[in-house]
Amino acid sequence: MSIKNVQAPDSAKLGSRLSRREVLKWFAAATAAMQLDPIENLSLAATPVTSDKGYGTDPDLTGHYEPGDFWPLTFNAAQRQIVTALADLILPADQLGPSASELQVPDFIDEWVSAPYPSQQADREKILSGIEWLEKESHTRFRKGFATLKETQMSALIDDICWPPDAKPAHKKAAGFFQSFRNIAAGAYYSTEPGWKAIGYVGNVSLLGFNGPPPEVLKKLGVEQTVKSGPVFKNEIFE
Amino acid sequence: MPTIKPSQAAQEYDVAIIGSGAGGGQMAYTLTLAGLKCVMLESGRDYDPGTETPMFQRKDQAPLMGAPTPDKHLGFHDSTIDGGWEVPNEPYTQSNDKEEEQFWWWRSRMMGGRTNHWGRISLRNGPYDFKPRSRDGLGLDWPLDYETVEPYYTNVERLIGVYGSIEGLENTPDSPPGVLLPPPRGRAAELLAQKHAKKVGVPIVPIHRAVLTKPLDAETIPAKLHPNNKWAQKIVADSMRARAACFWATPCGRGCNIRANYQSTTVHLPPALATGNLDIIPDAHAREVTIDRNGKATGALFIDKTTGREERVKAKAVVVAASSGETVRILLNSKSKRFPQGLANRSGLIGKYIMDTVGVDLRGHIPALENLPAHNEDGAGGSHFYAPWWLYREQQAGKLDFARGYHVELGATRRMPGGSLPVSASLVRGAYGSQLKKEARRYYGASLSLACRGEMIPNENSYAELDPNVKDKWGIPVIRWHWRWSDHEFNMATHALKTFTSIIEAMGGTVTSNRNKTGREVIRPGGKTKHEVGGAMMGNAPSNSVCNKWNQTWDVKNLFVNDGSSFVSNADKNPTLTIMALAWRTGDYIIEQAKKGNL
Ligand SMILES: Cc1cc2nc3c(=O)[nH]c(=O)nc-3n(C[C@H](O)[C@H](O)[C@H](O)COP(=O)(O)OP(=O)(O)OC[C@H]3O[C@@H](n4cnc5c(N)ncnc54)[C@H](O)[C@@H]3O)c2cc1C
Ligand code: SF4
Repeated sequence: MSIKNVQAPDSAKLGSRLSRREVLKWFAAATAAMQLDPIENLSLAATPVTSDKGYGTDPDLTGHYEPGDFWPLTFNAAQRQIVTALADLILPADQLGPSASELQVPDFIDEWVSAPYPSQQADREKILSGIEWLEKESHTRFRKGFATLKETQMSALIDDICWPPDAKPAHKKAAGFFQSFRNIAAGAYYSTEPGWKAIGYVGNVSLLGFNGPPPEVLKKLGVEQTVKSGPVFKNEIFE
Repeated sequence: MPTIKPSQAAQEYDVAIIGSGAGGGQMAYTLTLAGLKCVMLESGRDYDPGTETPMFQRKDQAPLMGAPTPDKHLGFHDSTIDGGWEVPNEPYTQSNDKEEEQFWWWRSRMMGGRTNHWGRISLRNGPYDFKPRSRDGLGLDWPLDYETVEPYYTNVERLIGVYGSIEGLENTPDSPPGVLLPPPRGRAAELLAQKHAKKVGVPIVPIHRAVLTKPLDAETIPAKLHPNNKWAQKIVADSMRARAACFWATPCGRGCNIRANYQSTTVHLPPALATGNLDIIPDAHAREVTIDRNGKATGALFIDKTTGREERVKAKAVVVAASSGETVRILLNSKSKRFPQGLANRSGLIGKYIMDTVGVDLRGHIPALENLPAHNEDGAGGSHFYAPWWLYREQQAGKLDFARGYHVELGATRRMPGGSLPVSASLVRGAYGSQLKKEARRYYGASLSLACRGEMIPNENSYAELDPNVKDKWGIPVIRWHWRWSDHEFNMATHALKTFTSIIEAMGGTVTSNRNKTGREVIRPGGKTKHEVGGAMMGNAPSNSVCNKWNQTWDVKNLFVNDGSSFVSNADKNPTLTIMALAWRTGDYIIEQAKKGNL
């Protein structure tokens, strides 16, 4: 199977703020096209990002930003499809909350690998070549693209690369990719409110007082609250 | 914040203050409330915490989930503007290629300086800390003692609001009753650490931080701060009333738009401006302190960064408070026939004896903290507990191989996750799928990090000078750093690592970072703990110091240095409360001199 260096779709155009609907439409069309030669579209690892400007040393900190607001995004349809499948395998919908793609995790990963900063650029190389490896490996093993595999097939593949110390020498590089990918995907997932719920973070709300850990926590730990005095501890949420 | 342009400045002021951080802010407060006319030059832009602070913004609302980048070194939402380890247009250099002999210089260029994002940890130096040489023969004594500074610590604590408790521990001063605000309750990991650290002899107690755990008492405090000055009392009372108490959410490092913690921009500058006696010029990058024929300071020469033009302000006295490295730079750049080595530098000591805090960290996984029921631990936006140095006796008895103490800062909260995998990869290993989500929930909050913050002894090898070749964007020579730790610091760091390991193990945990390392291997590089002090130290004679016990330079009577540069030692206690206490004291001295017509 030949891997050609195909041009990415113009990421500048893709860049800022495609509406969700547009993305999906475009995504569906591209997916259909991809049935022909999926790997054809993946070789972007060597392509540098299109912008070298970050957000600068004095951005507006109060803004609510979306991936694509500061620099153009990278993924083409083929890459996006694989990223989505892998992110959802790592963070699926279950009783702890929605799936990664429902929380826009693939967009955050795209923003990450498209950023002009050195550490993100290093991840870009890892992630883009990792996606390519994944797709190739999937074709070799199952004669199908990764995103179309059954979950058991995906797992069989990922089990080989999910923990670097256990990975075979031939899989070390891919295992490094998986760690970075999981780190970014989980970083994005747990940045969101549903992610907070999933992990048990219940802060970021203003309170009238700070009660410290509730009695059941103190009991479980076998400790007492040693600070007794203090502000009014009503713990009423007023926001 | 109301500011002026250089062209709007008055003919002459009583005092020109360079820098708007902890030192400059306190100085402006003290002087203007006593009726002195002041102009403040701030190199950074104006900044309004009221509208610019990202309080409840989530990480998914920030680019790269708020991760640190070369543009924002502590992450997107950190309040630092135009700052970090590098500052646009203002390079600095190292004298040596060896990493261990380099100094990391953290600066910020904004109204209020580093006080917008500092950790708010506010500890008093103890009696020993002012007389270290008398105790162990190393370093130098201050020309001041604790009793002299004590009233000013109390003043500052009353004004800015500091929480903490009274513990009666050695060389860890208690504040007078009623001065501190109530400490917040302990978090799960803090309480667990407190219980088990006792077994290894480490006392963990409430820390002191500049956060209002309740509103300041605007009815009684102003009269204590400004007796016999009803006008000042009213201004201060109004300012206190404008500050709300902490609402137990949002990290303090982002700043606080309800003014519940101390920032120069929310606590010092508003009442100073309300007096009508303060003009602030932002984007005003001081280049030199100017002098007249008699060698008296006459004001400052600065670059208006908005136009690139040189401008001047005139004043009867000058206070330099630009952060210690920058104060060194300004004085060394203020060369004249009379002062060819830099202003007030007849001793040749400007730039000498730069110190940082000894920093080393260790992290552990604590199984007891796994799978705790979800509960809110945001608390006061920073640590609630710490361990003050506890081995004074052993040290005096010669049982330790380092001379000074360290305190331990605890990092343990179920803090806002995101940006990266919120639990250690070494715990979840290769997990993915629902298993990963379950394990993330299990391990979230189940780790504890312990940080050593220790006293460095000043040495001959750590100093700052002007780089003969490199200039900043405006043609001003930059600082070149020299750095070396001594064995005292390395041995202290090793001791801390061992102690931390025993605390983690006493808690039933395992060490997950810096296991079995020596201090020499993992001590933070110089400057990395961001407590740079020294470079214009005070003393009791012009031959052995740059300034006297009033922070007044020996060589130029109407020139004062009021940031960390005057520090003679760098106790384990974080420096800022002491910077403010000394600035208030200098302010009182300047007021007295002004009354006597000596300015
Ligand atoms: C992340 C972090 C956490 C910290 N946590 C703590 C803590 O918990 N407790 C503690 O005690 N300390 C802490 N510190 C240290 C604390 O921030 C400083 O000690 C304190 O801000 C020093 O006050 P300053 O007035 O000397 O300097 P700064 O606050 O830095 O203010 C100096 C001001 O001068 C301006 N300036 C510089 N050069 C010029 C020039 N040429 N012309 C005009 N203006 C100029 C700067 O722009 C700046 O605004 C921390 C620091 C950092 C970075
Ligand atoms: S924790 Fe409290 S003091 Fe700190 S920023 Fe939030 S509200 Fe302000």
